[in-house]
Amino acid sequence: MNRAIRILGPTSILLCVLDVILGLWVTPDDENQLEYVRLVYIHPAEAWVALYVAIAMAALCSLLYLWKRTRSLKWDRLAASAVEVGVVFILLTLVTGSIWGRATWGVWWTWDARLTATALLAVLFLGYIALRRVPADPETRARRCAAAALFAAVDVPIVHFAVNWWNTLHQSATVLNPNLKPRIHGSMAWTLLLSFIAFTALFAWMVLLRYRIEVNAHSGEDVELADALAERRAEGVTS
Amino acid sequence: MWRDALLVAGRDLRIELRTRVGLWQVLPFALLTLLLFAFALGPKPGLLAEAAPGLFWLSILLSVVLAAQRSIAVEGTRATREGSRLLGLDPAGIFLGKMLALLVEVLLLEAVLLVGVLIVFHVLVTAWATLIASCVLAAIGLCAASILYGSLAGEARIRATLLPVLLLPITAPVLIAGAKAFDASVVTGSGSGARWLGILAVFALVYTALGIVLYGPLEES
Repeated sequence: MNRAIRILGPTSILLCVLDVILGLWVTPDDENQLEYVRLVYIHPAEAWVALYVAIAMAALCSLLYLWKRTRSLKWDRLAASAVEVGVVFILLTLVTGSIWGRATWGVWWTWDARLTATALLAVLFLGYIALRRVPADPETRARRCAAAALFAAVDVPIVHFAVNWWNTLHQSATVLNPNLKPRIHGSMAWTLLLSFIAFTALFAWMVLLRYRIEVNAHSGEDVELADALAERRAEGVTS
Repeated sequence: MWRDALLVAGRDLRIELRTRVGLWQVLPFALLTLLLFAFALGPKPGLLAEAAPGLFWLSILLSVVLAAQRSIAVEGTRATREGSRLLGLDPAGIFLGKMLALLVEVLLLEAVLLVGVLIVFHVLVTAWATLIASCVLAAIGLCAASILYGSLAGEARIRATLLPVLLLPITAPVLIAGAKAFDASVVTGSGSGARWLGILAVFALVYTALGIVLYGPLEES
């Protein structure tokens, strides 16, 4: 794990810097959106990580925890790490989306389907984190949190359809649209692709860092418990 | 499983009949929220009729949180859990039983609130079948989700604050689809209620299935 962290850290930062350079100085501006189009090299990649990668990872790890054959606390800790880092990306998605919305739609917030779904997802993830803070033994907490992550993951497609039918202003997907005809080309397309790779790598690095903190915190608890037991035994010997 | 479900549902409903928490606490709360919404919006019949679908479902949603707290509190004591385990009751049966008992309460609550909305907010219903179907499907989904989340939310002192945080975001599709189906059923409304009934049916089906599969492992903890 430490090796993966050492490799992923500089690589993801380097890719992000490259994304910023290409996005700000190499790619052209847009006929309609002018300079605001440069947000396309940040916002969709953040949304990809927040709405797909983080949820998929949290759901998969939770499933692996709930399945008896693969049950291990490492899956619970990985799911929790994915959710925590996912919340950061969701908030970034909302902030950059809001800035873009102000430029293109003239408002900071509108009750558009994707905005609403993303905000709901943020609250769902915050609920998961709140559940994680409830005092319980590690196994109980892991089981509850795994179930909560699965319930949230199952709810995502229902929320997607409900809010999409409810109200949508948002443009359809630029690359993965229903006709499978990308509406972005040349240096813009390559920079967009790079942003997806960079942000996914950044997410993976942050998740591994968070996971390591979680593992160290629990090993610290074990050491404290061992020390407390040793103290008690010593008290027994002296009395 | 069904025999256990009926047994648990009967027990919960008997407790409810004896204590009347639903009648004296949940129902007044639901009616109070309707009145408070009307105070907040002002005495404009047109505006109230337009907002009625959303207000009706919001009142139901908030009241279901209270009703679910009560239903889980009945099951929550260690003695009750031990008793259920010693009797060899099927966990899926316990889940379905609790859901059925809560469903009866929520359907009654919906009926009373609906009458209240029709009278107070001056709403005229044209498609009763859509409205009733949406109420039944939404109630099934809400009851399944709230029993599941109740079992997740842990001890009583934490559950009171944690359950709304966990349950309300997940039930957003019910609020949207229920309000839209209601809107399609009234004289001032527009659109078809069919697709919204579809969302309510999927929500109900998914959370009932999840409850049957996962209630046992969750209660073990």
